[in-house]
Parts: sequence; C-alpha cells; structure tokens
Amino acid sequence: MYAVNYHKPASIEDAVAAIGGADEAKILAGGQTLLPTMKQHLAAPSDVVDIRGIGGMTDIAVRGDTVTIGAAATHAAVAGSNEVGSICPALAALAAGIGDPAVRHMGTIGGSIANNDPAADYPAGLLGLGATIVTNQREIAADDFFTGMFSTALEDGEIITAVSVSKPDRAGYAKFRNPASRYAMVGVFVAKTGNGVRVAVTGAGEDGVFRHAGLEAALAGNWSPDAVDAVEMSADGLMSDIHASADYRAHLIKVMAKRAVAAAG
Amino acid sequence: MSEGIGAAVKRKEDKRFITGRGKYTDDIRMENQAYGAFVRSPHAHAEIKGIDTSAAEAMDGVIAVLNGKQLKDDAIGDIITGWAIHSKDGNPMNVGAWNPMATARVRHVGEPVAIVIAESQAQARLAAEAVEVDYEELPAVAAATTALEDGAPLLHDNVPGNLIFDWEIGDEAAADAGLAGASHVTELDIVNNRLAPNAIEPRSAIAVYNDIDDHYTLYTTSQNPHVARLVLSAFYNVAPEHKLRVIAPDVGGGFGSKIYIYPEEITCLWASMKTGRSVKWTSDRSEAFMTDAHARDHVTKARMGFDADGKIVGLKVNTVANIGAYASLFATATPTYLYGTLLSGQYNIANVYCDVKAVHTNTVPVDAYRGAGRPEATYVMERLMETAAREMGMDPAELRRRNFITEFPHQTPVIMTYDAGDFHALLEKGQAAADVAGFAARKSEAASRGKLRGIGYSCYIEACGIAPSKAVGSLGAGVGLWESAEVRVNPVGTIEILTGSHAHGQGHETTFAQVVSDRFGLPMDNITIVHGDTDKVQMGMGTYGSRSGAVGMNAIVKAMDKVEAKVKKIAAHTLEASEDDIVIEDGEVKVAGTDKKMAWHEVGLAAYTAHNLPDGMEPGLKEGAFYDPTNFTFPSGTYICEVEVDPETGVVEIVQFTAADDFGTVINPMIVEGQVHGGVTQGIGQALLENVVYDEDGQLITGSYMDYCMPRADDVPSYVLEHSTTVAPSNPLGVKGCGEAGAIGSPPAVINAITDAIGNNNLTMPATPQKVWAAIQEVGLPQAAE
Ligand SMILES: Cc1cc2nc3c(=O)[nH]c(=O)nc-3n(C[C@H](O)[C@H](O)[C@H](O)COP(=O)(O)OP(=O)(O)OC[C@H]3O[C@@H](n4cnc5c(N)ncnc54)[C@H](O)[C@@H]3O)c2cc1C
Repeated sequence: MYAVNYHKPASIEDAVAAIGGADEAKILAGGQTLLPTMKQHLAAPSDVVDIRGIGGMTDIAVRGDTVTIGAAATHAAVAGSNEVGSICPALAALAAGIGDPAVRHMGTIGGSIANNDPAADYPAGLLGLGATIVTNQREIAADDFFTGMFSTALEDGEIITAVSVSKPDRAGYAKFRNPASRYAMVGVFVAKTGNGVRVAVTGAGEDGVFRHAGLEAALAGNWSPDAVDAVEMSADGLMSDIHASADYRAHLIKVMAKRAVAAAG
Repeated sequence: MSEGIGAAVKRKEDKRFITGRGKYTDDIRMENQAYGAFVRSPHAHAEIKGIDTSAAEAMDGVIAVLNGKQLKDDAIGDIITGWAIHSKDGNPMNVGAWNPMATARVRHVGEPVAIVIAESQAQARLAAEAVEVDYEELPAVAAATTALEDGAPLLHDNVPGNLIFDWEIGDEAAADAGLAGASHVTELDIVNNRLAPNAIEPRSAIAVYNDIDDHYTLYTTSQNPHVARLVLSAFYNVAPEHKLRVIAPDVGGGFGSKIYIYPEEITCLWASMKTGRSVKWTSDRSEAFMTDAHARDHVTKARMGFDADGKIVGLKVNTVANIGAYASLFATATPTYLYGTLLSGQYNIANVYCDVKAVHTNTVPVDAYRGAGRPEATYVMERLMETAAREMGMDPAELRRRNFITEFPHQTPVIMTYDAGDFHALLEKGQAAADVAGFAARKSEAASRGKLRGIGYSCYIEACGIAPSKAVGSLGAGVGLWESAEVRVNPVGTIEILTGSHAHGQGHETTFAQVVSDRFGLPMDNITIVHGDTDKVQMGMGTYGSRSGAVGMNAIVKAMDKVEAKVKKIAAHTLEASEDDIVIEDGEVKVAGTDKKMAWHEVGLAAYTAHNLPDGMEPGLKEGAFYDPTNFTFPSGTYICEVEVDPETGVVEIVQFTAADDFGTVINPMIVEGQVHGGVTQGIGQALLENVVYDEDGQLITGSYMDYCMPRADDVPSYVLEHSTTVAPSNPLGVKGCGEAGAIGSPPAVINAITDAIGNNNLTMPATPQKVWAAIQEVGLPQAAE
C-alpha cells in the first residue's frame, strides 16, 4: 500500500473539510473494498477520511413505517437489527448473507452502495424496495442512484449519511452465490409495495443492478412463483465470465425470482 | 502403552500452532535485514529489449536493483529438473533452459525479471513498479494440446514443437490386441483440471550472507531443506554445501508446492551476497497464484476393453501433460513414473499401454501436488470403470469385483509390484458404511424433494514412500530416495530424534515420537523431534509422496535397532547377564525372568560416564541410519460419494462421503483421520470447485480468490471413515502412507456420483453449477425427477 493520510472526523463538516483539503481524498467506511484495492496499488488516494466516527452514522431507527439506517451501519448490525426486521425482514436476511462474519462486522451499507459492485447484494435490495439514499447534500431515489457498474449518482466528495426504506407488503431476496467469491452471481430482490411490484436483479447485468420489467409485470398480475415461468428472459445485456454464461445467468434470474417470491410469501 | 503405535495422541505441535506461536519464515527478522521485491512479467511471452532501472534506483530506501543478466554473469546456474525421461524413440527429453531471472525472454506471466532490494518492503515494492522493462510481445500458447499443433508459438529453441518428450510404458501391440478382441470397449475423453496449490503460508525466504566466513544461511518455506541445499550447491553454484545452511522452520502447508527450489530463493541468496544485506522476500497471494508450481493439467484419451464376462482385456491411454514454461524439479517424473505406473489400478489387467506427451506452454511450471500423478491415474481408471459398468448395464461394484487383484505379490504390466492389499474387503467395508443397500430409498426420497440423487465409486490404489534408490535411479531420477535418521539418547535418558523428513502440517513431532515411545516404553514427553535444519540433521530427502511414514519413520526404526543393540550390550554387561536375555519394556531394561533391571536413564548415564562399559565399546549412545525402501508401499481404498443435484440450478451437494482405506499400520488414528479429511476435501475441491484458467494469450484469469474457488467447510459433508488393514510387508513398521490418498481417491467418486444423478456422463471437472446445469439441459431431466 502507498503511504496515505488518515482522518477520522467527528462531524460531517469536518469530513467535508478534510475531503476538501486533500489532494485526492477517499471516503473510508468498513474498508472491505477500498483497502484491498489500495493494497494492490489499484487505488492511491492521498488521504482517507473515515466516516464511521461521525455522530449518528451507525444509528438505525424506525419512524412510522420507515426505517432509516445510518450509512456506517455494518452488515451484521443490519442483519441483527429488530428495527430493520420490523420493516423488512428480507433486507435483514440479505445483509446476513453478505460475505463472511469478518466482512459483515466491518463492511457497511453506505460503502456497499457507494461502491455499487455489479455483484453486490444491497443494490438489489435498495432498488427493489425503492429506497431513498440520503447524503450530506440531498435525497436520491434508488432508481436514480445506481447509474451503472461501479457508478452512482454521487458527486465527488458527497457523503452518504443514511438509507431509508418503507415497509413493503411483501419482499424476498434469493441469491445464487458465485462459488468462488460468494458475491451474487445472480441475486433477485422482489417487493410488493403500495406503488406496485418491483424486481431488482444484481450480479447479472453488464451495467450493474437493474429492474426487470417483464418480471415486474408478471408478478403484478399474479404474485406467485408460477407467474415467473411465462416470463420471456433474454440474455442480452447479461454478463458472461468463467463462472457463468449470459444464458445461464438468464436462467438463474428466473429460478432466483421464483425463490424470492416463495421466500416473500 | 497409551502413547505408542495406534494411540490417538493429541498433536504436540498444536499448542504452538493453535496459540499463534509457531515461528514461520516471515516471523524471523535479521539484524541488517533488507527486503526484496520482484519485477515480474505482465506478459505470457515476450522478448526483453531492455531494462531501465534508473528511476527505481533513485527512489527512497533502494539499495540495489539487480537483473537476470548480472545473476548469470555471476555463474548462478539454471534451474534443473530432477528426472531425465527418455522418449519412446530412445531420445533424451528436451527441456528449455530456466534462468532464475529471465535474461532475454519471458515465458509466463509472473516470471521474475529483476529484483529490487530496499530498506522496507513497501519501498521495495514501489521501486519494483518503477523499473521499466521494454518488452516485445510474442504470440503465446497456454493449452498443451494447442501447443502441440503445427504453427503454435514455440517457447524454446531447443524444444521443437514444444514437445519435451513422448514417453511410453507398457506394450502397445498387446493393448491394441486386447482391445481388438474385446466384446465391449469404453472410450473416454478426460480432462484433469489444472490446480493451484494454495498453502496457507505463502512462500518466503530470508537469505543471510556472512562475508567474514563466506557463508550463506537460507531460511525458507521448504518441504526438504537438504534437497534445497544440494541443488543450490551442486547446480545453482550459490555456495558449496559446507558453506550453505538451509533452515525450514515451521512451514504452513506445502502439498508439494514447497518441494521445489524456486527462482526467488536462489535470487535472494545471490542478492544477499551482492548487497551485503540479509534479504527477505515473502510472496503475497497474487504472486503465489502466478509463481507457485501448479498441478495436474492433463488431457487424456482412454480406451478400456472388456470380455463378455466384464473382465478387462486391454487398456490404452494417451495423455498430453502440460509442463508449463519450464520443467520444474519433479515435473517430468509426475506425469510418467508416478502416473503411467498406476494405470493398472486395483485390477488384474494383462495389457496396459500408456503414452504421455509432455509439453511446454506459456504458463507457470506444473509439478507434483498432493497425489502427484496418482490422482490423474485414478481419475482415468475409475471414470472408465464406472462408465463401462453403466454401458454394459452392470453394477459398478460388481464390475470392479470381477477384476480385482486378489493374489499378492502382483506384478502389473506397468512396472509396479503390488505387495499387499484386500480390495474386496475395502469395497465391502465401504459399501456397508455407506449403506449402499439403502440408496434406492434415499434416491426416491430425494426425488420427492425435487433433487436428483446419485452414487459413485472410486476404488483407488496408489504408490507411496518413494522409493528404492536403485530403482528410481534406473528410471532417470537424479537423486536417491532413502531417508536418514539419528537417535540421540542423552545421559539422562531423554531422546532427540533427528530426521530428514520435514513436517509442515503432518504432525511428525507427535507420530515420530510415538514410534520411539512404543519401542522403548518411554513417555512421549521425553522425546523431541528435530528437523528442518541442515546444520542439525546431517542429510535427508524430505517430505513428499507420503514418504515420511513409509521411509522417514523406518529410518528411525533402523537407528533405534542400533541403539537397542548397544543398550542391551551395556545392560548385559552391567547386570552380568546374557545380551539375549535383555528386554526393554516400559522404560526399563530387564533381564527376562528375573528382577534384575536398570532404568532406561541409568543405561544412558552408563553410556556417557563410560566407567563400566564392555571392553572396546565406544562411549555415548547415539546412532544414525539411512533407510532405503525396498519397494513402494501401496495404500488402497474404496470411496463412495453420494450427491444431490438441484436440477433447477445445477448445484451439487455432497450429502455423504465414505472413505474405506487401507494404510497398513496406523501410528495415530486421529492424525490419519485428519489427513483423510484434508485429502478428500482437496479432492472435492478439484472435482467441484478449483480450476486455474489462463486465457488464450496466457493471461491468468484466476489470479485471486474472487475467481479461484477453494473448498470451504460448508462445501463438504461430515465424512464417514472406515479402515481395513493389510500390513505393508516391505518395511519394518508395516506402514503405507495416508497423506495423499484422500486427494487421489475422491475426484472420480464425486464425478461418478454426479453423472449418475443427472444421467449424463459428459461432464468435466470442476463440476460447477453451470456445467452441471448445462449437462442436464443436454439430455433432459431423468425420468424420476420429472
Ligand atoms: C471477502 C469479502 C466478501 C464479500 N462478499 C460480499 C457479498 O457477498 N456481497 C456483497 O454485497 N458484498 C460483499 N463484499 C463487499 C462488502 O460488502 C463491502 O463491505 C462493501 O462492498 C464496501 O463496504 P465498506 O464499508 O467496506 O466500504 P469501503 O471499502 O470503506 O468503501 C467502499 C467505497 O465506498 C465509498 N464509501 C464508503 N462509505 C461511503 C459513504 N458513506 N459515502 C460515500 N462513499 C462512501 C468509499 O470511498 C469507497 O470508494 C465482500 C467483501 C469481502 C472483502
């Protein structure tokens, strides 16, 4: 790893100042993605600004039928949170299925969605739930936030502070793990909400997480695993790699969609 | 006695390993230690046009930047392969020259080109990035079958067609005749997938040059420090043996990958002399994937013929073996004498023929890895047997039974003389433990849950304890494969055992002590095992090929024989009895049938005080021995795997795995169990998960755990283990070896079970969900599951 300056501000203001004062700053949360890339010399920020000490960043709170999760809440905290469980058990279950215990106790929800790895789990959950991403500057709808593989609507230096999720009628997530990395090779999050059915697919798309209109339409008509059978599934725009061809991924999207609906009940 | 042979004694070494107090090479720090970082080729094949080190040399902390030409100018030798193979036309093999650091051309991704020595590891690595190498890329080839094609890129000028040798074993005409007369011929195309070894501890070296004495010390992650010293002296010209000490301290796993003396260790020794500093280098995981010798990588066409009764009448095997860019130490022996010689399996076959083409490609060298040749042979045999049984509509167990060898010694047509075994007993034990009779019920229950259940066998035999020196010498080995030991009894009666075997996870500190404890009736706590240091142990050939028990422990036995003889002489003299009446029991040296005795430690004291020894006897109680085996040993077993396949996704779950093994005498059943667990898990890894992938240009795709899939605990079931023992007649302990059997026997059992479940035999390792799903699509769902 290259030499780097480390900051741990206690407030958003100090964090913004630290970012502004550096040559090239990177926000640091759990470090589960950023630090390995720095060790491999693939990233070389002059400064890292650890946002985990900022007040409120790890809070999880319910107001009405909405849960707000601090950006620095770890996957383990979300997985074990009664608050998250009371609004959306499927999201807690998704968090419980990320990586391994060490990763879950370090990695954060904010870090995961800021990174927007095309095989990450949270992007499917938040897009599927139509969540709102709160930053130090604004609120961004999940539909606008995930803009492609490893890219988001975040501006340079913009800090995610929280994510808020409203209670769905039903929701479920099914993940087919990549045998090696155990990220999602295909993950499908389904949610039935007041605003209709949403289906988000991760691990499969060449442009990262995406909503699947065909599945949404089928499930809106008939919320049952069987409804998935009739959906036309194209492999266009799906990834192909040594672990799975686009065709196999297309097939898995259907299987995982069925299982997600079954899990949602 | 509770600590003797056969006792499940807890491992002495685990106290330090489990509490994090093992001392590995990277834990060692020298006073004037500097750090090495290698500049490595990003290309699979390229000419080196120039190396500009000026920017790197100017960087903070940089002590020196050294390249392959300087190393060559200092007469450091090329890296050798230890086994000379001849082609079937009688010509010696052609292997490409392997410079420790490339001078003119790089031939695989990760090949070292230069080394930066700096004050810190971070400085060394940064400066290594600043070394500018001007490459002119050449076309590359990664697959061995492609490398043999006309017009394929050529790696070495002295290796026409990239063909190192075209070797054969057995009688081709006889095999052809057998096949021609067969009433059924089973034919298979087989790929034995390429693996990366992945010891938990990456390779590491600290080279310490002392200019006052012109002496070198190398601390390194080695399975065989004496072999390292031998080749570093005799072939690489680093220093003569008496001026080179090699220490292999605690070593965290090897599986073969730490047998070899790699470019990095050689370069560090030389760089230490050049810079006058101790030079430490520790591989990171990315370097390990690119540079640790890979494994397997065979492409095979096999034909097995049967008569109307299901008796095998002929076997013909044609294999192309990928050796990689250079021929590593055992690279030429592994796909020949460790492979072709096992192609009779457990079966009585009159006619076996095998042809192996060994090929250079633009990939990292391929060499021996847990099993080394025998997993490849077993995979060929046991896939053929299962496939043939299905084709002939026979029970796969019955087909094997009809062909089992039942009389020993048995001379196979491929060199080996099997000396003991009971294959029927193993199959029966395995079948009973696996409840084969209940399989049909389990299959239909699984079908009711939408799962495809399948069962597969593998009846393996392998060869351990490599090997009689004279025999291997006649087959081309560059060294003898004995082992040495020294038994030092101290004046207080405690014992140090010096052994040339090296432990890197096997538990020698426990099992070797058990053998001594058993012999003299002494508590294990009074016995220490010393290994891994060429200054302490005089000679040794090291640990690989499951030879530490079959060869290493028997060297200790031989030395103990000498100790015992001397102890008896001393006791007889002191107790005024006849030597023949002296017995050693429970730590006492007694005159049989009387109450006259000496405590063990009294004999030790008598030997060293020398006040009252028989006339002419030398003082002291220390004996050494070299044990040269008289044959290989032949562990065998029946493995039975049961899987459930999710037809929707192709995911395979191993729901039951039964291993019935014959390892000969078992010294410590708990350690043996652990070896089987580890071996079978590695075999399951090969069958389901692990695969090294190079793209067509020789770029390594599986360079990290994001893409290279190691087995995890939840990928494997709780194993069912059984034993059925025939004692090995070739060595005093009767041991056979258990270190590799699991990895040898398990892959075909897994694939046979999956192909049984899905009703499609067209499946290659690793059987990933995608491949299994595609195989199901190819033939449609079996009836039972629809
Ligand atoms: C072995 C392993 C297995 C894993 N398995 C999975 C898996 O199965 N599924 C899965 O989804 N993920 C997996 N991950 C990734 C893991 O979930 C990471 O935690 C996550 O991708 C990044 O979160 P982090 O808190 O560690 O972020 P960091 O690594 O600290 O940061 C990641 C990126 O996000 C930015 N960032 C962080 N926080 C903020 C913020 N509040 N505002 C703006 N930008 C921010 C950083 O600048 C950086 O660019 C795995 C990781 C590892 C190491």
